[in-house]
Amino acid sequence: MWEYTDKVKDLYKHPQNVGTIENADAVGEVGSIVCGDALTLYLKIEDDVIKDAKFQTFGCGSAIASSSALTEMIKGKRVEDAEKITNRDIADFLGGLPEQKMHCSVLGREALDKALANWRGITLDDAHDVEGEIVCQCFGVTDALIRKVIRENHLKTVEDVTNYTKAGGACGSCIPKIEDILNDELKTSPGVAAAPAAKKPLSNIRRIQLVEETITDVIRPILQKDGGNIELVDVEGKQVMVALRGNCAHCLTSDVTLKNLVQEKLREFVEDDIEVVEAR
Amino acid sequence: MNIKSVYFDNNATTMVDPAVLEAMLPFFSERYGNPSSMHDFGGAVAADVEKARRQVADLLGAENDYEIVFTSGGTESDNYAIMGTLAFFREKRHVITTRVEHPAVLNLCKRLEREGYRITYVPVDGEGMLDVEFLKKAVDDDTAVVSVMYANNETGVIFPVEEIGAFLNERGVPFHIDGVQAAGKIPIDVKKIGCDMFGISGHKLHAPKGIGALFVKRGTRIRPLLYGGHQERGRRPGTENVPAIVGLGKAAELALRYLPQEAELARLRDRLEKGILEKFGNVSVNGSRTHRVPNTTNVGFEFIEGEAILLYLNEKGIAASSGSACSSGSLEPSHVLRAMGVPFTAAHGSIRFSLSRFSTQDEVDYVLSALPEIINRLLEISPFWDNKEKKGKPITV
Ligand code: FES
Repeated sequence: MWEYTDKVKDLYKHPQNVGTIENADAVGEVGSIVCGDALTLYLKIEDDVIKDAKFQTFGCGSAIASSSALTEMIKGKRVEDAEKITNRDIADFLGGLPEQKMHCSVLGREALDKALANWRGITLDDAHDVEGEIVCQCFGVTDALIRKVIRENHLKTVEDVTNYTKAGGACGSCIPKIEDILNDELKTSPGVAAAPAAKKPLSNIRRIQLVEETITDVIRPILQKDGGNIELVDVEGKQVMVALRGNCAHCLTSDVTLKNLVQEKLREFVEDDIEVVEAR
Repeated sequence: MNIKSVYFDNNATTMVDPAVLEAMLPFFSERYGNPSSMHDFGGAVAADVEKARRQVADLLGAENDYEIVFTSGGTESDNYAIMGTLAFFREKRHVITTRVEHPAVLNLCKRLEREGYRITYVPVDGEGMLDVEFLKKAVDDDTAVVSVMYANNETGVIFPVEEIGAFLNERGVPFHIDGVQAAGKIPIDVKKIGCDMFGISGHKLHAPKGIGALFVKRGTRIRPLLYGGHQERGRRPGTENVPAIVGLGKAAELALRYLPQEAELARLRDRLEKGILEKFGNVSVNGSRTHRVPNTTNVGFEFIEGEAILLYLNEKGIAASSGSACSSGSLEPSHVLRAMGVPFTAAHGSIRFSLSRFSTQDEVDYVLSALPEIINRLLEISPFWDNKEKKGKPITV
């Protein structure tokens, strides 16, 4: 049995936003029954805001949970913000996925891409063209997707690529091509690993926005899993003041939670020199 | 129905029969002697090992007790049979097996292939039945050993080993059978089958894990895998795992005793299978329903995925297993179902229920009562299912 987080378990048992939307403004369909994973995402979009999102999934527990997570993450978001969600964000929202199941989070991200392409009036076939050439015949994975996933997740090995996209997981005849792409990516973007450091400095407003988003989408769900919660009190420069609530408030290891979870996540998603302090 | 948990995954492993446990216990405490020792501590224990050997020989229909070699389990039995034979016939470079073997044989064969051996993988038909004519044609002067399973672990399908045995005997080609899923489920007679080697695993028949045996017919040319002391007549040196051997012996004795009740087990299995087929329109049985061990059914639910079904079953306290890719960590559905040409639509949603003599009708009925909610829930989530029409959508592959 896989080691699933409680969040994953909760979401495959009680998936949110299951179903279709009549007259959806956007539909994104990815995967196939042959691959063993498929996801159809339906969106209702008004004034560039995703008012509703529903899904149907054919797949394992983590595919159901990832789809559910995605719909929860994008509902109420502006399209431009939803677009920034990466497969990593989906996995983080779930408190993590087993490596071999990361492709489920990629599937969610792909469905969102397709749905938004559809909303913009790019037909799915056109979208398919811009997505590049099929590298893995067994699972219909394109070079564009492989490159994107390598970059976004800092992948280093063919096995990583297989875990994240399934490419190379069946007959294996595409493995040499995956190796070429991987080498190419590692060579041409030496900054991949260093990319976050090269980010432009954030404006105060943007920093506060990102801190809020990260707390809402990433940190709070993890704390809520254990009956805890968190409140943002203030942001001063790179110092973020938060108050722990619920179970976390009386937890003996709340310092560890603050440093290892809250600060780590804020450093990952906002800026790598953010300091978290507890407002008592 | 007051049922908390149902264990229908007996092809994976079985519970240790309480009588087996009881037989083993003294060998962890007062009867700890080494069977190779000259003193009474050991000598008495050696007699227990020999008794177990007799019990296993009886289960397999072996003529001589010494034809039974204790091993650590099915994997070692398979490896010993194949590699031991190849080590003897060094000049022969051809091995025949099937496409649906257990990884203990398949992965060994893949390694042998890399070492320059020629391996023929005999195909199966849509019902999982072996193409015996193909196998016969593949045999040539270079064939060192033929290794075929008796019953398939996923579908329960039984292969015509007697027909194969007769053919190979005539040609003097060593014949190994992986009998792990057959032992204790159907009567076995190694003499009638005409095989040279026949492997079993303890934990598939209510003995503990880590113990197995290989029947090696008198006079079979085979070299050991391990070198050491004189135990097991030098064929498998190393101090005997006495408690487990005694457990395997007891389990073999019990299996033989319960064999006549296997028809009852088949009725239970059929009740489950029939119930599933009647309740759902989108399901079919994978594998032959006639040539099959009595405890196994493998059903393929269309439009939904096996791991999701398993997780939902698990929520209800029901343990089964799936040939779907996701549950196994690989990305393709089970090699057995693929070899049978089961369509992807059903292969991904395959579930194996494997019962044992401890299974009850109440448990079967509990599973039948729990399934509709699970299956319907997953169909509702599935993009390939039309919830209004209650049928599958056309699928373009
Ligand atoms: S082509 Fe990629 S695994 Fe077969």
